[in-house]
Amino acid sequence: MIEDLQLFLSEFPFALWETFYSTLLATLFAVIIGLPLGVLLVVSREDGIMPLNKSLMKLIDLLINILRSVPFLILMVVVIPFTRLLIGTAVGTFASIVPLVIASFPFIARLTETSLLEVDNDIIEMAQSMGANPFQIIVKVLLAEAMPSLINNLTTAITTILSYQAMSGTIGGGGLGKIAINYGYYRYRYLVMILSVIVLVILVQLIQSCGSYIASKCDKRLK
Amino acid sequence: MIKISNLTKKYNNDVVALNGVTLSVDKGDIYGIIGLSGAGKSTLVRCINLLEQPTSGTIEIDGVDLTKLSKKDLRVKRKEISMIFQNFNLLQQKNVLQNVLFPLQISNNDKQYSLEKAKDLLKMVDLSDKLDSYPSQLSGGQKQRVAIARALACDPKVLLCDEPTSALDPQTTASILQLLKTINQKLNITIIMITHQMSVVEKICNKVAILSEGKVAESGQVNEVFSNPKSLAAKKLVFPEGFDDILSISSSKKMIRIVFDGQKVTEKPIIALMSQQTGVLASISYASTKSIGGKLYGSMILTVDDSSQLTKVLDYLNSNGLIAREVNLND
Repeated sequence: MIEDLQLFLSEFPFALWETFYSTLLATLFAVIIGLPLGVLLVVSREDGIMPLNKSLMKLIDLLINILRSVPFLILMVVVIPFTRLLIGTAVGTFASIVPLVIASFPFIARLTETSLLEVDNDIIEMAQSMGANPFQIIVKVLLAEAMPSLINNLTTAITTILSYQAMSGTIGGGGLGKIAINYGYYRYRYLVMILSVIVLVILVQLIQSCGSYIASKCDKRLK
Repeated sequence: MIKISNLTKKYNNDVVALNGVTLSVDKGDIYGIIGLSGAGKSTLVRCINLLEQPTSGTIEIDGVDLTKLSKKDLRVKRKEISMIFQNFNLLQQKNVLQNVLFPLQISNNDKQYSLEKAKDLLKMVDLSDKLDSYPSQLSGGQKQRVAIARALACDPKVLLCDEPTSALDPQTTASILQLLKTINQKLNITIIMITHQMSVVEKICNKVAILSEGKVAESGQVNEVFSNPKSLAAKKLVFPEGFDDILSISSSKKMIRIVFDGQKVTEKPIIALMSQQTGVLASISYASTKSIGGKLYGSMILTVDDSSQLTKVLDYLNSNGLIAREVNLND
């Protein structure tokens, strides 16, 4: 028991750091790809501000759905060759960022799409009636007006990526998930597993509270 | 200044919203476009700045046909044609000042200039004390004032108003209309006003077009159209209810239509005083009035015997601040 605790305490700081930076980097890259894709999904609709070819949009839609329907555990395995090609190795915490990004950018694209669709079409028309170009409408109207909803959805995305990150412990990623699996599952040291899970629960709570707080703070509709 | 020729708009599969609308608006006009719901008013106004692409026809503003412009040129041209809406359409996440700054930023104006311009406009609409408020903290009338200030930011030539007072109570409506009239006179901005409210047209418009089933049923000076409605659509608007009853009134008699637009109920018994002072015994053929917040709104039709009585009554009523005019049903 004491031994388990000592083990956890010695492993914990580095695991927390690994969880932290890989979740953060994965979120960052996923947003860099997913946010513009989500914007594209909204503005290129048939009734959007920059309609694109319908079959092209159907194809993009299909690809996103395919990526979203592959279970993360399988996806991690499937993308191993790609990860190797991209960064030279498929093992380690840094390498686990690749499958994390691939799994989460379609998710973020969908969440962005939902947020932006909440913006009242009349407000977009107002901007058009003033001669705003599509880029100005995207930045100054769509993204700005949807900001609280975007922040809420980003919070959801971060917690999901955090849980994916923990799963990546099974195939060579580092972090809290790794020590929970390695010690708890493979070596029957349940206390280590339980403590790791508790830390994960606390992390999710923290992220969710911060996200909700910021979202409600920046929403000017409620006051 | 604005010439709309043969404008038609068909929606996917045969719904015809506009069916050959031709209108011409002069500089400085406040041009009312009135019709019942479904008449195509909103489609028409949205076609004027091409928010809605017309199926055929042309829209000329100062000789430039908007339907032939490229997307980019259209965006530039749209800055000359501002628009205000029934639902205000303010940016919810931006405060009052930022909302008015929005069109100025879109046009890449100098920051200092924009700020001064926005503040000046907000002063003009009487909202200098609300610069930092957000739309959710404002009343309907205040929201529309912000929208008006925003619409004026880029010095437009034309202001399109799509039912700007339909979501407002009568008093607020009156103050917004007054503001629009001031803008029209002071800044010499041509206004096109879409509405379903007769009172709005009578209060501020100089010309009117009555839209019915996607066509202009009648158009011209407000005075002429409303005192002598020829088309069925116009008659239905001028005599909202009891249309058939009024038709049965003997044609040898003269009719006067009075519009109440916020007169104080308690001020004085105006019709009784009129009878007393002019000696004309008018009968009330039709009346639909209501008092809101101590003020009277609605209309009334009086019938008198001959034209000498008519003149007396009109003189009396008009000199007492009412909108009164003769109406004919000559068909």
